[in-house]
Amino acid sequence: MVFGGNLIDISAKIGSIKIKNPTILASGIMDQDAESIKRVFENGAGSIVTKSIGLKPKKGYLNPTFVELEHGILNAMGLPNPGINDFKQEIVKIKKYGIPVIGSIFGSTSKEFIDLALKMQKFGVDALELNMSCPHAKGYGLEIGSDPDLVYNIISNLKNTVKIPIFVKISSNLTDIIKLAKAIEDSKADGIVAINSIKAMKIDLTIRKPILSNKIGGYSGKAIKPIGIRCVYEISENVEIPIIGVGGITNGKDAIEYIMAGASAVQIGTGMYYRGIDIFNKICIEIKDWMENNNYKKLSDLIGVAHI
Amino acid sequence: MNSLKIKEIIKIKKENQYVKTIFFKYDENIKPGQFFMIWIPNVDEIPMSVSYIKRNIAAITFRDVGDATNKLFNFKIGDKIGIRGPYGNGFKLNREKIIFIGGGTGIATLAPAIENAYKKKFNIKIIIGFKNKNELFFDKRFGKLINNLYISTNDGSIGYHGNVTDLAKEIIKDEDCLIITCGPEIMMKKLFELFNTYQFQASLERYMKCAVGICGQCCVGHGLRVCLEGPVFDATMLKNIKDFGKYKRNESGNIKYF
Repeated sequence: MVFGGNLIDISAKIGSIKIKNPTILASGIMDQDAESIKRVFENGAGSIVTKSIGLKPKKGYLNPTFVELEHGILNAMGLPNPGINDFKQEIVKIKKYGIPVIGSIFGSTSKEFIDLALKMQKFGVDALELNMSCPHAKGYGLEIGSDPDLVYNIISNLKNTVKIPIFVKISSNLTDIIKLAKAIEDSKADGIVAINSIKAMKIDLTIRKPILSNKIGGYSGKAIKPIGIRCVYEISENVEIPIIGVGGITNGKDAIEYIMAGASAVQIGTGMYYRGIDIFNKICIEIKDWMENNNYKKLSDLIGVAHI
Repeated sequence: MNSLKIKEIIKIKKENQYVKTIFFKYDENIKPGQFFMIWIPNVDEIPMSVSYIKRNIAAITFRDVGDATNKLFNFKIGDKIGIRGPYGNGFKLNREKIIFIGGGTGIATLAPAIENAYKKKFNIKIIIGFKNKNELFFDKRFGKLINNLYISTNDGSIGYHGNVTDLAKEIIKDEDCLIITCGPEIMMKKLFELFNTYQFQASLERYMKCAVGICGQCCVGHGLRVCLEGPVFDATMLKNIKDFGKYKRNESGNIKYF
C-alpha cells in the first residue's frame, strides 16, 4: 500500500484528447497570457482552456465586473480579449511549453466562428471550445447557444472546416437542455462542456442599484454545483459524446460527483478563488485518496456510475 | 469573503489643485501598501491604495485624471462610495534603515508605510518628486516627522531641479538600506537599475477587474497577480518580471508599451 497512490490512474480521455488528469482550467480564469497559463499548468491542471477569444480586441464592461457573495461570485466581464491576431503569440508560447490547450472562441455568426477556428487551429491549439453560453454578452454566447438550430448549423459548418476536436460549452439557462445537447451531438461535435455561470444579479441596498455595471452577470462557485450536476446527468442520459463537467467544483469529491453524473473530465474556475492556484494539485490528490479508500484503480471506471 | 461595504465620506482634504484625500470610517486591519477597490456608483470601480491608516479611519488620495477620479473629486461629505478589500500584500518594513522614493500620486501609497517606520523609530529618508511646486502634497505631513525629506521638481520651482532619480543618485550613498518606491513605472525601473545591489521594494499598478487573483487581468512576469502576490514586489521578484518598466496590458489584454 506504500506505493498505492502510484497505481491509481486518474488520466482522462475526452474523445481523442488524452490528459494526465481530469482537471482542466475553465475559460476566463488566469488565461489571458501564456505565462499565467504556464503557472496554472505547473500547479497541476491537466489541460487549459484559454480566455474566450473573438475576432477583434474587446474591452469588456466597465467595472464593477466582479462581486463576492456569500455562496459564490458574480461576474460580468463582457468577453474582454485581445483579439485573435494578438492572441497568436500567446498560443505559440503555450505550445512551445508543451501544454495541452483548448482554444475558446466566441462569434456571432457561423463565418466568425470559422475564421476564429481556422486561426486557432493554425496557431496550434489541441482542440476548440465554442462559447455558446456566456450569460451576459449581447449578440454572443448564450444568445447564440439558446437556439438549437443555429448551434447545429454553426458546428456542422465548423466540422466541415477544421480538423481538431470541437467541444461546445453550454448554459443551464435553457428550458430544454436535452434538445440542445442532442442538436450538438447531431452536428458531430466531439464533446459538450456543461455548465457556464448562471444569469444572476446583486443589488446593493444602500445604493439601491445593481452593483455590476452590466447589471446582469454570471453566478459561479459553490452554490451552482447541484445545477451543474443535474445538467451533466440529464445530458449524459441522452447523448453518447463525452461531457466535461463544470460548475462549483472546489474539491476532489465535487469532481468525482460530476464524473459519476457522466463527465469524462472537469473544469475548474472559481475554485481557484476558494483554494488558490494549486487547487488542481489538491483536487488530484483528493481524487486519488477517495479512489484508494473506495477501491477504484481507474478514474474512467467511475464515469456515469450514477446512472446504472 | 471580502464583500462590498458602503462607506460615507466623513472628511475631504484638498491636498493641492489636482489632488484630494477622502476619509471614511474603517476599523479593520490594513497593512501599509494594501489597496481597496473603490466603487463610484454609476461610474466605475478602480483600485486605490490606502493613504491614511488611523484607528477607525482610512483614506484614499487621488489625482483628478479620469472619469472615476473626476466624479470622486467632486464628491462631498456624506456622499457614499463602495469599498472592497483591503487587497494585496503591502510593504515589508524588514530593515531598520529605509529610503522611501515617491513620484507623483505614488507618494500617497508610501505615506502609511513611512508613518509606520517612523513609529518604529527606524532610520528613514524620504525623496519625493513632482512636476512643479503647485503639485506638492504630503510634504508637510512628512516634514513634521523627519528632517531627511528631499524634494525634487522637474522645473526647479521648489527643491532640487530635476527628476527624482537624479536626486536619489546624489543622496543615496549607503548600501546598507532598503529602498521602497512607488510612482511612475519608468521611474521605478530606473531606480531599480541604479540601485541594483540594494534591498528593494516597488509597488506596481495594473488595470484590475476581480482584485482577488482569478481573472488574470493584472498578471505580470511568470503569472504573478499584482492584486494578490503584489502590488509590492521585491528585487528578487522584479528581476523576473520582464514587463516591469516595459509594458502593461489594457482592458482587452493587449500589450501597451510605456
